[in-house]
Amino acid sequence: MWAIRGPLSPRAYWVLAVLGLLVPLGLWWLAASGEGVNKVFMPSPLDVFNRLVTWYSEDDLLDDVWVSVWRVTAGFVLSAVIALPLGLLVGTFRPVQAFLEPLTDFIRYMPAVAFIPLVMLWVGIEESSKIAIIWIGTFFQMMLMMAEDVRRVPMAQIEAAQTMGATRSETLRLVIFQSAKPALMDTLRVTMGWAWTYLVVAELVAANSGLGYSILKAQRFLQTDKIFVGIILIGLIGLVMDQLFRLAHRKAFPWLYLRS
Amino acid sequence: MADKISIRQVGKTFGYGAHQVEALKGVDLAIADNEFVTFVGASGCGKSTLLRIIGGLEWHSAGTLEVDGRPVDGPGADRAMVFQHYSLYPWLNVLENIKFSRQLRHGREDLTSADVEAAAGRADALLRLVGLSAAAAAWPNQLSGGMQQRVAIARALMGRPQVLLMDEPFGALDAQTREVMHDLILHVHKLEKPTIAFVTHDVEEAIYLADRVVLMAPRPGRIDSIYPVPLPAERDQDMKHSPEFLRLKKEILARIKDTSGMQTDQDMLDRLNLGGVPT
Repeated sequence: MWAIRGPLSPRAYWVLAVLGLLVPLGLWWLAASGEGVNKVFMPSPLDVFNRLVTWYSEDDLLDDVWVSVWRVTAGFVLSAVIALPLGLLVGTFRPVQAFLEPLTDFIRYMPAVAFIPLVMLWVGIEESSKIAIIWIGTFFQMMLMMAEDVRRVPMAQIEAAQTMGATRSETLRLVIFQSAKPALMDTLRVTMGWAWTYLVVAELVAANSGLGYSILKAQRFLQTDKIFVGIILIGLIGLVMDQLFRLAHRKAFPWLYLRS
Repeated sequence: MADKISIRQVGKTFGYGAHQVEALKGVDLAIADNEFVTFVGASGCGKSTLLRIIGGLEWHSAGTLEVDGRPVDGPGADRAMVFQHYSLYPWLNVLENIKFSRQLRHGREDLTSADVEAAAGRADALLRLVGLSAAAAAWPNQLSGGMQQRVAIARALMGRPQVLLMDEPFGALDAQTREVMHDLILHVHKLEKPTIAFVTHDVEEAIYLADRVVLMAPRPGRIDSIYPVPLPAERDQDMKHSPEFLRLKKEILARIKDTSGMQTDQDMLDRLNLGGVPT
């Protein structure tokens, strides 16, 4: 069982996975039910669940979820449609790489939060400003990772096409892009997760709805249970999206999942 | 017969400035139509580089290179290349891989239904030629290494190239599979009649397949000697035990050792040993 990278039966895997979720939940319950534990510091799982119900019935939980999903998706899609062609070019042509990669490497270390004043100044405080923050948080990393995915396409695949008479654009479209697709989709999945981590930052900017905004507001009113609900919901939505990406990956690239 | 490939005083340097390395110098070679030429030599002799220059994947920095009397300026469908591995397209099945060149522009221009039919027929014929009819719908990563190289060969032949360039195509295969592939490629050569330039580090393979074996030497990469193979055109595995075969093999191996500039691993260890280790 403890062999390095050894096998594990599916049943054992699921038992451990469920335990991995239940054990922290149990510990949390224990910690919250101790004598003299202040609910402001540590609400119990039941408190959090009750808050979820009242948020749903009395406030607009679904609206908050929806607006946050929309913001994250919009920022993410905007990043992806720009990062994909640029990543392809950076990963394929050395001059483009020399021109763009050092710049991108430089910008990606700048904290997205620090751009808030500039975004407010340039983009305003409308919906687009939240999308812009998420874009700043994801785009630069995404482009660099995509360029790396493209660089990993085996040279033999490219050269085989060239010696079969493929033009530059045919090689790019029919070989490099096709070959990198599974890796590119994985990059999308990973950066989707990062986009969610920027949600709270994005909703710092003059928001009046959304999960991130609700967490910030709950902090002001010391509604710790609501903070818990918000964080857990973001985690759950992220998990669902991640699984959807994995499912799509399996459907789109069946040759990677062959049982031998 | 006119030369298919004519190489005159071809040289190649890699790198910039002080880091320049002379990979090839003053290479002269004429390869006849339908000839099967193999290239052997110690590592660093530039045999792969020369092959890649013929394929148009590298640019020569000196001399002239003509295929069919036309100077080579980049890769083209008349010179298909087979690589050691990782060249198949894992997202296409075996048949789609073989028909890949049909997706390209030069194959689409003025396409008639007769062309499409001919292409389908050709792909099927190639599948049969390499013995993979039963695997037409398989993904490349379901195949063994030998089967993958069969697909790569069929795919390279699809566009009826004049020249087939093979860069250690069987280098990653086990010995038994390799023998089968040798007879397959000889069969292909007889049937399809391409001119073949074949790079290998396996001298036995080089002799068994070739009309001529070209031996190259390193520092700088150059042609050292050329050995016509004294075997009948029709080869079979038993010839590998014939005296002519063994004599030639011994001669070539000795010459490679002489020209390598680094005779044994011990020399290399001595060179790496910068003092300090007690003797």
